[in-house]
Amino acid sequence: MKKYFVTLTYLIIIVCFMIPILSLFAIALSEGFDVYWQAIKHEEALEAIRLSIIIALIAVPINLVFGIGASWCIAKFDFPGKSMLTALIDLPFAISPVISGFIFLTIFGMDSVLGSWLASHGIQFIFAIPAIVIATMFITLPFIARELIPLMQEHGNEEEEAAIALGASGIKTFWYITLPNIKWGILYGILISLSRAFGEFGAVSVVSGHIRGKTTSIPMHVEILYNEYNYVAAFSVASVLAILAIITMILKNSLLSVKNVDLEKSQ
Amino acid sequence: MTKTNILPFFKISFSYTIFYLLLLVILPISYLVFHATQLDLNDFISSVTNDRVLAAYQLTITVALGAAIINIILGLLISWTLVRYDFFGKSILEMFVDLPLALPTAIAGLILATIYSPGGAFGKILSKLGIQVAFTNLGILMALILVGLPLAVRTLEPIIREIDSDVESAAYGLGASGLQVFLRVYLPGFMPSIISAFSICFARALSEYGAVIFIASNIPKESEIVSMLIYSKIEQFDYNEATAIALVMLLLSFFILWAINAYAKRWII
Repeated sequence: MKKYFVTLTYLIIIVCFMIPILSLFAIALSEGFDVYWQAIKHEEALEAIRLSIIIALIAVPINLVFGIGASWCIAKFDFPGKSMLTALIDLPFAISPVISGFIFLTIFGMDSVLGSWLASHGIQFIFAIPAIVIATMFITLPFIARELIPLMQEHGNEEEEAAIALGASGIKTFWYITLPNIKWGILYGILISLSRAFGEFGAVSVVSGHIRGKTTSIPMHVEILYNEYNYVAAFSVASVLAILAIITMILKNSLLSVKNVDLEKSQ
Repeated sequence: MTKTNILPFFKISFSYTIFYLLLLVILPISYLVFHATQLDLNDFISSVTNDRVLAAYQLTITVALGAAIINIILGLLISWTLVRYDFFGKSILEMFVDLPLALPTAIAGLILATIYSPGGAFGKILSKLGIQVAFTNLGILMALILVGLPLAVRTLEPIIREIDSDVESAAYGLGASGLQVFLRVYLPGFMPSIISAFSICFARALSEYGAVIFIASNIPKESEIVSMLIYSKIEQFDYNEATAIALVMLLLSFFILWAINAYAKRWII
């Protein structure tokens, strides 16, 4: 039995996951490393990378604070409506990104009350960085909270209760008791949110207005190159995101083994 | 609360969570719903029931269902292998299974469109067999399988890890065949996890955009998924129709989410 299961699993993973990701790098490097490097160093590509970094650096920290707060109250306390709250946190993951972007387009668009008010005060919101950041915050909202809730639930409340009962302050309890237990979860949550924030395509392309070199994030720049049949350049820039994804997953798997070692030690 | 909880920061963390969700999720979505109620009812009905929209709903639901079913079968196989067996290269396979979780779906879509196009690595072989994947609905299905498979594997793994080996050996000891053990012993216990994995993959597939649009030919009434239809309505500044179609999609997503939460213990991202 084992033989068949392992062979089939290898086959599925090679066909579905390995060959596609390796072809990305194969196409990106098909005209040599210089061409690859030129595509990434191209001014518009650098602009796109810079924009994506700005977006991620705003959206991810805000979601980190939210994720820690939300997981604390959901994992450590009981209150009515808790499952509703959890469902609300999941919501952005279940909605089509096009709809997510469209929601913010209707709110901040030129023909809405808020949009025209902002415009009359000289604030460019839609088709500019603020709207892209909001859309990205919405899309990446669930990831850190969803990573931390099960972790905190697994650990239970006993250790924290003991610390509080012995007179430790709330901040100290969180810092010395809770944080060490969830630190790997936080790191993985940040990484997956970063990957998602860099790579968000549907929602961002609805609110960005496609102003080339100004509101095009990395995946949108890749799309532009692809539509111009410049496949090598498109995949070269895309490889930046692929490398980030690979690093995230290598870290996740090594974090998991670190976590298991920690657990074994504590037992 | 049943017993007194002495832990601090409940009020602040709870109110911040509510405040943030209100600002970023509840109010924006309510605004869309409010916007939809401002539409003329007849316009609304005709925008969500014309042929193009119905064809898009039908296609989206059909491929999403197909992808979710295939993901359950492949997911059971992969998670069974990864949990129960030790073999060469296992940790590398595990990493590759997770990769689509971190890889932007638009990038995944572009790669698939390229390798399955008639000139691409897979496309060349398949076109000799007379199968075309890129720019057909088979391509959409492929993209959705790729996006959903990690979710299926990660949702099914915990339940396979929890299998009681005593019950298993008892069943074999009493003379059950491998298939009988699977159907009678495992499957009933797996069912809640299978249903939640199914709903997660289905929900994800219904709303996927980036992975699909490059491999689909996006021809109205033939190969246009709902997200693509909404996107083209937005590009034509037809916001009213986009609102109406989006609202129906939102209700569907709400319903699935409710079903998942009613059923599943936890949602693995």
